[in-house]
Amino acid sequence: MDIDLITQVLFAAIKTGTPLLFIALGEAICEKTGVLNLGQEGMMLMGAVVGFMAAYATGNAGMGIIGAMLIGMLMSLIFGFLVLHLGANQVATGLALTIFGTGLSAFIGASVVGHTITGFQPLNIPLLSEIPVLGKVLFSHDPLVYLAIVLAILIGFVANKTRVGLTIKAVGENPHAANAIGIKVLKVRYLAVMFGGAMAGLGGAYMSLVYTPMWVENMTAGRGWIALALVVFASWRIGNIVLGAYLFGLASIMHLVLQGMGWSISPNLLAMLPYVATIVVMVIIGADKYKEKLLAPRSLGKPFDPRQMA
Amino acid sequence: MKLKSLLVGLGLLAGVGAAQAADDPFKVGFVYVGPVGDLGWSYEHDRGRQELEQFFDGKVETTFVENVPEGADAERVITQLAKSGNDLIFSTSFGFMNPTLKVAKRFPKVTFEHATGYKRSKNMGTYVLRTYEGRYVSGVAAGMLTETNTIGYIGSFPIPEVIRDINATYMAAKSVNPEVKIKIVWVNSWYDPGKETDAANALMDQGVDVLLQHTDSPAPLIAAEKRGMRAIGQASDQSSFAPNAHVFSVRDDWAPYYIKVTQEVMDGTYEPKDFWGGFSEDMLSLASINDNLPDDVRAKIDETYEQIKSGEFKPFTGPIMDNKGNVVVPAGHSLTDTELAQVNWYVEGITDAIPR
Repeated sequence: MDIDLITQVLFAAIKTGTPLLFIALGEAICEKTGVLNLGQEGMMLMGAVVGFMAAYATGNAGMGIIGAMLIGMLMSLIFGFLVLHLGANQVATGLALTIFGTGLSAFIGASVVGHTITGFQPLNIPLLSEIPVLGKVLFSHDPLVYLAIVLAILIGFVANKTRVGLTIKAVGENPHAANAIGIKVLKVRYLAVMFGGAMAGLGGAYMSLVYTPMWVENMTAGRGWIALALVVFASWRIGNIVLGAYLFGLASIMHLVLQGMGWSISPNLLAMLPYVATIVVMVIIGADKYKEKLLAPRSLGKPFDPRQMA
Repeated sequence: MKLKSLLVGLGLLAGVGAAQAADDPFKVGFVYVGPVGDLGWSYEHDRGRQELEQFFDGKVETTFVENVPEGADAERVITQLAKSGNDLIFSTSFGFMNPTLKVAKRFPKVTFEHATGYKRSKNMGTYVLRTYEGRYVSGVAAGMLTETNTIGYIGSFPIPEVIRDINATYMAAKSVNPEVKIKIVWVNSWYDPGKETDAANALMDQGVDVLLQHTDSPAPLIAAEKRGMRAIGQASDQSSFAPNAHVFSVRDDWAPYYIKVTQEVMDGTYEPKDFWGGFSEDMLSLASINDNLPDDVRAKIDETYEQIKSGEFKPFTGPIMDNKGNVVVPAGHSLTDTELAQVNWYVEGITDAIPR
């Protein structure tokens, strides 16, 4: 494998991991407040189709991003209303949201099937992008890739080092205690759900604006589900999510590159590689002495009713 | 898609009750592996279904279930269609073969037709496109257009149809360019635009400058367009996705067959067969050949197409050696349809091994 190919592979791995990163970051915050939203795939598809339509109509990919985030938030509000206000089952509601989003996105997107847009152009960061290998791998991407990294750092900081992060944690670990000290549990959860929706929309827009600049039905092909699994394997830690997303990207690219190089391993086995590699690494990272920290948010999936005590 | 299948099933059940009283229209069901909006394989089957309905103008009623996973789910969907009064059911993906056969045994009065498979029974026939004819023309174009002498093939699953088409592509490319090499990548999916893009990029990173695909989304064409390479469209006209990169699309047209079989079953003259359709039946065509092709390439494309269409040239005519040195097609022999359905070797010059 020559150096050019390695550069290309690492470059592609970061691109492949980026949509997963957006979604997993959003879902992680959502789950940290105790809400499990399995509707990621549905929100992502809606983000992809609305983002594409907005970009196509205005000729401005930035408008696509805004549209995708708004529709993601709107979708998540439907979910939020059902599970937070009406206390509906989170798993069932999330699944319904995915089915709803898949169908609705196919329906509203029918008119733009077959169109293309220019999408985002790569943004080479001056000086840094000229470093051999590393420059190409890290600093010559489209703007959304940088956005994902910046967001990951910001979210990591907020979740671990700020009062907001503590509030999120309190709501997720023990909503009744949080309620008792005056935190508005439902408000925090609503905001977290909407944040997750916006991030899922962004992940969808990445697919339809950058990754494959087009819209076709069901184009996310299960990436929302992978991101959900990633959050669990990363044991809700932001750093692990970043690592897991890029690792998954790398393994998915590697199995294609190795085949192109003529490796005659069963493609079925190779196709398992991303999942196996990601799970193994995440399990190894997860197996340290601070087990307590790794557990799921304690109120995950449970509805909160302030009139009832735990 | 489970909900959708369920709704279709319920709708059909309700329909049976009502239909028995009224004048019975002939009912035809379709099972698709992808979404009808994939602009590839399933899209073309659905276009055939729509033409069928138009052709019989009210006398034939059709239903379809899209996004049906290959496996146990397929059996459930096909059973539902059979139970709910369909007289004829088309299942349109290789992986529906065993489920279709199972259901066909349970419903002897219903006629089943399975695309691209090889198992038949009293009430189940098969039909397939000579996609290798399209691949052969694609291979000729790719062999002439490549500047790096490396063409790339994005495969779905290593089934005989795909293996055969890879062979046709490579033999064709080599017939016009003895130096040419082929790189093959399997993505283990018929439809995953993201993964197809990754595969396209992985191939282009390794020196491929003309892409062919045996997967159903237009994503590889977009990837080729972005990097200034060439790509050939699959199943439907995909030119709009890549105005410069697009060479042509090998377009499927199932309507003539759907109309013919429906008529036969209605008349009671139907016999289960193994039907093959290609250029000469107008079930395959070259759509939107790009104006930006060099004249000699264009001329060679037209010439090869005509030769295959007229039957003057059959791509799998011996002598053909496999890549292990065995003679797989003796001199003077052209593979029969049965033999074509069982191709499990790579021709000489392909350095990969077929994945097992």
